[in-house]
Amino acid sequence: MISLSQFIDTFTDTVIDVIPIATIIFGFQIAVLRKPIANLHTVVLGFFYVIVGLSLFLLGLELALFPLGETMAKQLTAPEFLYSFKDDITASLGWIDYYWVYLFAFAIGFSTTIAEPSLIAVAIKANQVSGGAIRVNGLRIAVALGVAIGISLGSYRIVVGDPIHYYIMGGYVVVIIQTHFAPKLIIALAYDSGGVTTSTVTVPLVTALGLGLASQVPGRNPVIDGFGLVAFASLFPIISVMAYAQITQWLNSRASSKENDNAL
Amino acid sequence: MKALIALFKAMLASFRDLLPIVFVIAFFQFIVLQEPLPNILSILFGLLLVVLGLTFFIFGLNMGLFPIGESMAQAFARKGSLFWLILFAFCLGFGTTIAEPALTAVANEAAEVAAEGGVIPQTIEEMDNYANGLRVTVALSVGLAIVLGVVRILKGWPIHIMIISGYIGVVVLTWFAPETIIGIAYDSGGVTTSTITVPLVTALGIGLASSIKGRNPMVDGFGLIAFASLLPMIFVMLYGMVLS
Repeated sequence: MISLSQFIDTFTDTVIDVIPIATIIFGFQIAVLRKPIANLHTVVLGFFYVIVGLSLFLLGLELALFPLGETMAKQLTAPEFLYSFKDDITASLGWIDYYWVYLFAFAIGFSTTIAEPSLIAVAIKANQVSGGAIRVNGLRIAVALGVAIGISLGSYRIVVGDPIHYYIMGGYVVVIIQTHFAPKLIIALAYDSGGVTTSTVTVPLVTALGLGLASQVPGRNPVIDGFGLVAFASLFPIISVMAYAQITQWLNSRASSKENDNAL
Repeated sequence: MKALIALFKAMLASFRDLLPIVFVIAFFQFIVLQEPLPNILSILFGLLLVVLGLTFFIFGLNMGLFPIGESMAQAFARKGSLFWLILFAFCLGFGTTIAEPALTAVANEAAEVAAEGGVIPQTIEEMDNYANGLRVTVALSVGLAIVLGVVRILKGWPIHIMIISGYIGVVVLTWFAPETIIGIAYDSGGVTTSTITVPLVTALGIGLASSIKGRNPMVDGFGLIAFASLLPMIFVMLYGMVLS
């Protein structure tokens, strides 16, 4: 099932990841700020928890999720599976025949983003800083919907073979228009949410999906067309988070104008 | 006893976070693909580890990463030395990115693409050079991005103008960059920010914005991650153009 050596390997990898960060932090703290760290014990214990937590998290994913998810991505994009839903097996596959792929992309994008640790971290901070106005789960669901839509659209792009930059530029135009109308408080957070979505959980599964699609769809080159899904997953949350703020603002203003009507 | 209840509650919350994945996998495995689960025991055990790991991570976040990020930001603001703050910001960006495993994976694949496209000779040495060059380029760009973001917080520049100018830069460079590098460049924005960097950098930004007079932590504190995902795209395309 799992050997001790596997755990030690993952643990060492995580420690190696943390070493540069810890060196920079403690180095600057000692050499430049020259002040003892407040609650040193708690902070060190916190770092230890983060390392242990990430190691267990990665190990568990490796054991439970990644092999299954990657096989699934391959199976769903395989011609044998796609033709099993077609009446006429001589006809070639159109983009619409890949509907299970789009649905899988949507579902896996949404569910992995909900479990993404760095998004949880940013959502907790945003909740604290906004004094509770931004709800932790509201933000997470908004980001997850953005990733889900982005990855399904990215899968569609790989199937039809459109150049990626038209999609990304189109997304930029939407972001610029929304920036003009969205509440000012949300803008920086929305821009940030593009970068936080794609880390530990999402990237491996999404990469497997992209490479699976690009190697199965006729005429696609995996080394060129397999990339780009992560870019979709970082762009669309910006749009969905601003939309979330716009909708909340609209609902609030409608509710308050109703109250005014009643008062009259 | 109280601690145990808190731990149990936290684990329950982590479990809830994982439920969507479990549903999605189960639905596609049983209903769409109609296949049984291979070794259920190992999967259940893996899920238990994921729940435990997430719980510990969030505990550690609140005990270690958030407090240290914010207290250092406040200490730098009190010290008032711009040079050290900027050096710290650069080191944080560069140091956390250069060791990032996701970046190493993407850089190696990018080298393969370049070798196949005939940009560089197909030898292991050339490909290693290319991949390392790319990694350093991305790490440099993240270091600069955090510096830029910190300077923005200090000066109170509006973020949307900077990000939109960055977008325009990306669009213009897309015209000139070799086609093989575009997908990788776009992806490199997303892969640079790891699970440990994000909370730390977020806490740094919010700590800075809340200790400088006239800054609003909500408007000015966020945005560091946004720069860290935008600049690598620009730098990777420049790298591709310089080498071709």
